Amino acid sequence: MKRGIFLPLVTVLGFVFLYAPILSLIVFSFNESRLVTVWGGFSTRWYGQLFRDPQILNAAWISLRVAVVSASIAVVLGTLVAFVLMRFGRFRSRALLTGMATAPLVMPEVITGLSLLLLFVSMEQLLGWPAGRGETTIIIAHITFCLAYVAVVVQSRLAGMDQSVEEAAMDLGARPVRVFFDITLPIIAPALVAGWLLAFTLSLDDLVIASFVTGPGASTLPMVIFSKVRLGVSPDVNALATIIIGIVALGVGIAMWQMRRAIRRDRE
Amino acid sequence: MTGARRVTESALGRLGLSGRALVVAVPLVWLLVFFLIPFLVVAKISLSEVTIARPPYLPLLEWDGLRATLNLNFENYAYLWNDPLYGNAYLFSVRVAFVSATLALLIGFPMAYYIARSPEPRRTLLLTAVILPFWTSFLLRVYAWQGFLRSNGVINNTLISLGIIDTPIVMLQTDFAVYIGIVYTYLPFMILPLYANLVKLDDSLLEASADLGGRPVATFFYVTLPLSMPGIIAGFMLVFVPAIGEFVIPELLGGPNTLMIGRVLWNEFFANRDWPVASAVAIAMLVVLVVPIMALRSAQARAEEKR
Repeated sequence: MKRGIFLPLVTVLGFVFLYAPILSLIVFSFNESRLVTVWGGFSTRWYGQLFRDPQILNAAWISLRVAVVSASIAVVLGTLVAFVLMRFGRFRSRALLTGMATAPLVMPEVITGLSLLLLFVSMEQLLGWPAGRGETTIIIAHITFCLAYVAVVVQSRLAGMDQSVEEAAMDLGARPVRVFFDITLPIIAPALVAGWLLAFTLSLDDLVIASFVTGPGASTLPMVIFSKVRLGVSPDVNALATIIIGIVALGVGIAMWQMRRAIRRDRE
Repeated sequence: MTGARRVTESALGRLGLSGRALVVAVPLVWLLVFFLIPFLVVAKISLSEVTIARPPYLPLLEWDGLRATLNLNFENYAYLWNDPLYGNAYLFSVRVAFVSATLALLIGFPMAYYIARSPEPRRTLLLTAVILPFWTSFLLRVYAWQGFLRSNGVINNTLISLGIIDTPIVMLQTDFAVYIGIVYTYLPFMILPLYANLVKLDDSLLEASADLGGRPVATFFYVTLPLSMPGIIAGFMLVFVPAIGEFVIPELLGGPNTLMIGRVLWNEFFANRDWPVASAVAIAMLVVLVVPIMALRSAQARAEEKR
């Protein structure tokens, strides 16, 4: 293609499109005025209001708990799925497992949420468990849709690693369990971290599925934000958004810096 | 091997369970119980009758002590079929998803191409910038667009202060806002597979085409585009499929008449408390989704073969 102005121009406009709303969110979180879009002077009053709002603090705490627990279990189950699909060759339920592990990636959230809620209601009628709905049912739902994402990340790492190391260990008489924990696991560890972070983010971000499967008293952060936003303008949501964006930018910055250092070390 | 371990292993072996089978069984059982069976429950409830009770539907199978009666009720599907609201919502969702995916492709392709052709430090930086918004809350990013599009929002205020318009343009609560929201949210999902594909594009092929007298436009249509087809299809699917069932974007950016199917299902469930109809909507939605997924899958398989 010609070294024209077209490509850089579209790219710049594309990034403006991606970032302008986020920047305006940050700018107006420091706005004195209650109107989110009219500048009324610099102030941090919405941050103060945010930290005095028990509803938001409580929801944030619930969301964090749910995200940590479901990401951790999803990493274990997702890794099992990836390992089984990449290393076990042919087995009877292979097609079924492949289908069930990839379908959640394209399943609309409303369907996942509704189907899990109906399952929980039916299970409660038949088995008496889970008694009512709340954090536990949200965690189960989040594990189920996050493990598919973890499986994708770990599978690509397993496909990229050198399998001869595992074979060498096997030839030297190590049992499969030992090979997995001593050889495979350390090699795919970065993928597990990436998968955990992905699952954690997805869980923290989910509104639709959690709304279906939650019960009284267990409102996650997205649910509280959604009800606030639906009622109209709320500048404290801007403040919350700025905090979240700050944490994410910091995390990504550290990750990039670490990666650069690792690459430089490799070169030397 | 220790004695105890041998004993447990032979006991498990007698049950037909090896360690290997156990490793398969754990995720398999989890997914069966929490992913596959729920769909059977949805299918079951879509065939039952709504009632005012907890839970708000009648059982399919009734047992009066002597015999069981099976009450299959296809009313819910007949209702979906006869009320134009549902058919229109399906068609509208597919249209919105298709147009948004096309727009995302038109914006995403040049961006992915530019990033893939950039020299190294810049390439990683740009790619990270594409992924970064994905890690921040999706809900908050859609909320940000509300502030941009409303009548006293950033866009209208800017245009008015520049003297380009004197009355604000109504943008929030329109279909236009929904398109913007979907393209904005899913653009990274378009760019990433395109980038992964274009970065592997062999420069020598482009040079060969140019040496043989192919003008840039011809090179693009005869070399670049066919070679990047798998990436285009993957990106299109990643935008199109989730956009059909989208709930948050039409709810926050669309008007009351922007009835996409995900929103219809949500309202049936939460506002009308009609679980059987909501289930029937879900089943119909799955059927509608299977067709484009299958079509795109086979198109991708064909494109991969051609390479």
